[in-house]
Amino acid sequence: MNAHDPHIDVMRSHLGRARGLGAGHSGAGHWWAERASSAVLLPLSTWFVVQMFRLGGASRADVVEWGGKPVNATMLIALIVATFYHARLGLQVIVDDYVHGHAHLPTRLLIKFGTFLLGLLGVISVIRLVVAHGSTK
Amino acid sequence: MVELRLPRNSTIGVGKTFPAPSGAKNVRTFRIYRWSPDDDKNPVIDSYEVDVDTVGPMVLDAIIHIKNEIDPTLTFRRSCREGICGSCAMNIDGENTLACLKPIKSIEGDIKIYPLPHMPVVKDLVTNLDGAYAQLRSIQPWMKADTAPPPDGERRQSIEERAKLDGLWECILCFCCTTSCPSYWWNGDRYLGPSVLLAAYRWIADSRDEHTGERLDELEDTFKLYACRTIMNCTQTCPKGLNPAKAIGHIKELQLVRKL
Ligand code: SF4
Ligand code: SF4
Ligand code: FES
Repeated sequence: MNAHDPHIDVMRSHLGRARGLGAGHSGAGHWWAERASSAVLLPLSTWFVVQMFRLGGASRADVVEWGGKPVNATMLIALIVATFYHARLGLQVIVDDYVHGHAHLPTRLLIKFGTFLLGLLGVISVIRLVVAHGSTK
Repeated sequence: MVELRLPRNSTIGVGKTFPAPSGAKNVRTFRIYRWSPDDDKNPVIDSYEVDVDTVGPMVLDAIIHIKNEIDPTLTFRRSCREGICGSCAMNIDGENTLACLKPIKSIEGDIKIYPLPHMPVVKDLVTNLDGAYAQLRSIQPWMKADTAPPPDGERRQSIEERAKLDGLWECILCFCCTTSCPSYWWNGDRYLGPSVLLAAYRWIADSRDEHTGERLDELEDTFKLYACRTIMNCTQTCPKGLNPAKAIGHIKELQLVRKL
């Protein structure tokens, strides 16, 4: 071998590379969940916006009272769960597009964990409203 | 990692200008990307002034004229010169298309010609499509059936079954769509791209093929299929007027139908 020959680090055939590790058999669920969650978010966020207008100018006690009612709390938790679930799916798409190599897996995990924690924080806050509501009766 | 800098040789310089012959009446300037692997230089844009009254109507006619009469070093692919072989795919006036189907008259101002985007350049307007061809092979674009064909003839299809292949069989594998797809730019090593997915759907939709399920299995992957973000560049650019985005949508639909 001539010392001036450039080093070639990939000699695997193009077909071998195209087949790669084969199909992961997981994309359909993600794709469907992304669409289903956005469909669910539509009525939930409309409800939320309407409620916020209705509560405009209300006192803190009124809002706490409102949020502690079972129906409102259910809707709020559904909205929070759907929002952060949808955010996780959407952010994953961005990471898949733009983050390559070794950084890919940790970034994906970070997004899963981050959105999970934020969602959990939201849910616990609503539960607190419900508990507060119950104890003031 | 996220790449923030462009590769060194993506900076394009100014090249030579080849003036029009004296007495030329209808002069148009063709500004063409030039790069050769033989020297260690960055690509340049050469300008060729051509009297378009003396050449045929299409961009391909002009670049054949340039190669024959002005600059024999200009390198490009072409074969059929009537939009059926797919060899002359390049980026003309900012859009991937076939040089032999693109009328010079349809372009305003200088005619800017580049190789297909985001593929390794072999020389000038010739790109290396080995990866894309291998991806095509990976989806096994041929009929797979276990039932023996009738001894006295071909496998038959109803008129309705045959109609499902319209808009698919016409693909000439020019890869204009694949190289226009941002998803393919970012993840071309794992995403199959619109051209190959249209080809895959062509076999999924074929009533004579008996391996539909296996074909769908092979495609169900976050990248191979689902890296398509429905950006629609593919459909917008296809010089044959096909709709790869729709074919991809059908594949995603079938993946769902068999699960729900
Ligand atoms: S779908 Fe159109 S652009 Fe894509 S390879 Fe086929 S003919 Fe070319
Ligand atoms: S629709 Fe899909 S294949 Fe077509 S350009 Fe967009 S991402 Fe690429
Ligand atoms: S030369 Fe064959 S498609 Fe243009």
